[in-house]
Amino acid sequence: MSVKNIPLKSLHEKIGGKMIPFAGFNMPVRYSSDIEEHMAVRESVGVFDVSHMGEFYLNGPGVLDLIQKVSANDASVLYNGKIQYSYLPNETGGVVDDLLVYRIDEDEYMLVVNASNIEKDWNHIQKYNTEGVEMINMSDELCLFAVQGPKAVDTLQKLTNIPLKNVEYYTFTKGDFAGVPNVFLSATGYTGAGGFELYVPNQHAEEVWNRIFEAGEEFDIKPIGLGARDTLRLEMGYCLYGNDITDETSPLEAGLGWVTKFTKPFVNSEKLQKEKNEGIKRKLVGLEMIDRGIPRSHYEICDEDGNQIGEITSGTMSPLMKKGIAIGYVEKAYSKPGTAIYVKVREKLLKAEVVKMPFVKAGV
Amino acid sequence: MKQFRIELTCGTISENKHPMNFPEELKYTEEHEWIRLESDNIAVVGITEFAQGELGDIVFIEIETEGESLEANDIFGTIEAVKTVSDLFLPVSGKILEVNSQITDEPELVNSDPYGNGWLIKMEINDPADLDKLMNAQTYKESTGH
Repeated sequence: MSVKNIPLKSLHEKIGGKMIPFAGFNMPVRYSSDIEEHMAVRESVGVFDVSHMGEFYLNGPGVLDLIQKVSANDASVLYNGKIQYSYLPNETGGVVDDLLVYRIDEDEYMLVVNASNIEKDWNHIQKYNTEGVEMINMSDELCLFAVQGPKAVDTLQKLTNIPLKNVEYYTFTKGDFAGVPNVFLSATGYTGAGGFELYVPNQHAEEVWNRIFEAGEEFDIKPIGLGARDTLRLEMGYCLYGNDITDETSPLEAGLGWVTKFTKPFVNSEKLQKEKNEGIKRKLVGLEMIDRGIPRSHYEICDEDGNQIGEITSGTMSPLMKKGIAIGYVEKAYSKPGTAIYVKVREKLLKAEVVKMPFVKAGV
Repeated sequence: MKQFRIELTCGTISENKHPMNFPEELKYTEEHEWIRLESDNIAVVGITEFAQGELGDIVFIEIETEGESLEANDIFGTIEAVKTVSDLFLPVSGKILEVNSQITDEPELVNSDPYGNGWLIKMEINDPADLDKLMNAQTYKESTGH
């Protein structure tokens, strides 16, 4: 498979972005330093170009029925302008993808999916689209900029008359932004630092990007790469598809029970209900290192005798806490916060502790 | 499948903010270590400016081979950036005499001063002629695409 380019690839290279292939796209992983970029988002404002993400526009009678069928969360509670986190269960107990569901109007929705899963999700949803709901893949026409941090709203407010403070978390609005009509301004993000995600048509993307940087100059606004995106989401304990949730992982074990609504039937809901009733065997937990060391994905989680009781799925050095943090699956008996566990790092058992997530306090 | 790992490769080189430094007096390995002869058979080893740039912020260094005699290309420690773990390979055969204690608490020195305060180990070389097998500054520079 060839690696695709996002529309602003040359701009990122020009401003010092180091590009790496990720999820099928050449993406900026870092511009200056992962830690500096991380702290810019926690303390001021940063902008991610996450235009690799996929957007499906769904339209027509029967659209809600289709979403209810493929999505585990209950989309019937949405109102115009409301956003919902959910996932697509597969038929075999795993997860096709996690996603955001945007209700634009009664029969009009947008689904935002992970870049690496665009084709898989499309085919999966189409398989259940028996009533002929119109589906349009907008992924190649839209850029997505995540403007995140405590100064994000102050930055963006200079570029629009829409009162952004009134746009609540997990809602969105559509309007003129930086002179461009019909920009989706979505009060979401993957950082816990607050701010907006902007869906911008490709032809206006560079203009909008530049205007945001002019507006944020007084806050020392910075472009942020995927490296910091990963450490920021990890500090919040947000799952990353491909690491923490996959085609094989149980959504209930992954802690997605809160977006699994058995009040309506959906793909594999009967089996998941049965799994819930019988009780899960392992659980995705947060862990914090007590010994010095950095937990990484695929490292073994052990008891004090070195017997394996789980595996890490994402881990890093937390730039804010300055210690190793991770999320991973452990046997249920070891999943309670405060439980002492060990991480096998290069054949050594390092002490760690199960903790409640998020690891750091959210700014939203 | 989608492991978030950034390998230390000579991939796309972005426009750099300042010209990269490849000191003439050093010898270089394909694994991006440098070695500097201090006296007849005592040398200092570190990683190159190019390597630290590719790795990003260095947050943890583990070298537990002090006092050991190792062969060329043996792993003598591990260096961890925010997103990556890399092994450290000994440029030439010899004995590890000293580990830079400063980098345990301030691993970021490897980023800010890779050829100076960010050095990793001091070693005794078995045969100084082994240095001739390593790359000079020009060859190494070209190998990184500069």
